[in-house]
Amino acid sequence: MGDADITTSQWRLVEVGRVVLFSAGPYAGRLATIVEIIDHKRVLVDGPASSKDKVVPRHSASLSHVSLTPIVINKLPRATGTGVVRKLWEQEKVDEKFDASNWAKGRVQFQKRRQLNDFERFKVMKLRKQARFEVAKTLAKVRSKA
Amino acid sequence: MAAAQEPTTKKYSKGERSIPHHTQKASKYYPAEDESAPKKARKTLRPAKPRSSLQPGTVVILLAGRFRGKRVVLLKHLPQGVLLVTGPFKVNGVPLRRVNARYVIATSTKVDLSGVDEAVLTKASESGYFTKDKAAKKTGEEAFFKQGEKPEKKETSQDRVADQKAVDKALLATIKKEAHLVDYLSATFSLRKSDRPHAMVF
Repeated sequence: MGDADITTSQWRLVEVGRVVLFSAGPYAGRLATIVEIIDHKRVLVDGPASSKDKVVPRHSASLSHVSLTPIVINKLPRATGTGVVRKLWEQEKVDEKFDASNWAKGRVQFQKRRQLNDFERFKVMKLRKQARFEVAKTLAKVRSKA
Repeated sequence: MAAAQEPTTKKYSKGERSIPHHTQKASKYYPAEDESAPKKARKTLRPAKPRSSLQPGTVVILLAGRFRGKRVVLLKHLPQGVLLVTGPFKVNGVPLRRVNARYVIATSTKVDLSGVDEAVLTKASESGYFTKDKAAKKTGEEAFFKQGEKPEKKETSQDRVADQKAVDKALLATIKKEAHLVDYLSATFSLRKSDRPHAMVF
């Protein structure tokens, strides 16, 4: 019998301090953190972002409306008030961390692309083709040398 | 005639009285059938007013007809909701042409029309410009025997060619100034699998 190798799971957990991104509802696209787990479907969230259009007021949210981000505010006390959450939020630099992630960058690009008009879409298509061609060209050069 | 219908005056012993002409007198009888009165039209004929997005100079996408999918330049509004457009012909093969404003998507891209010859546009917007040199349709026997023969190539009239060139020359100069615009106009529009036209910005 071999030894059982037990490791902790690597997936993101619904836990107090987990930062979530709203994907639906009136706060879609905003960040908040879990303050208290109500049941297997709902959590109490609070999102004290610095700018006013990103704030999520403290409320009970359905887990089906949020996505878990890799960011966790460590040592967030269970069911703390907005004041403490805000202090730790700024201390952990949650907004900056999320904005630096590929996820946030992709979202920004997606929103931007959706606002483009027909001509701008065409230009994006053309420039992407050019970039792709350059990459393929250098790759072919490297391959032929090797 | 008017004089004949004048009332006549007749003298009686105690004075005089005017007698209307017999055609002016009320009829003794009612008509056997009621005369039908034409229905009053409650609609008025107003000049067609295209959407506000369809300003001259706008690049529009044609949705119907032989040139569907082409991106063309809107030149002028013609009466009855028709738009005068041009490819320009050299760029995408669309000639000076009338299109229905309903079968068009207006984009937010604009081309400056200031250099375009106004005289040619007014000439093209006259009625009959696009229809006058249409050959009469061959009928019956003649058309039947023509089927086997090779259709003769249609010659474009020299006037139309000259008009097309006059309009496109100024237009091409302005189009070439903006990067990628020539390629944009020569490319056709189509929807891909993930495109949702109701959510797209044009």
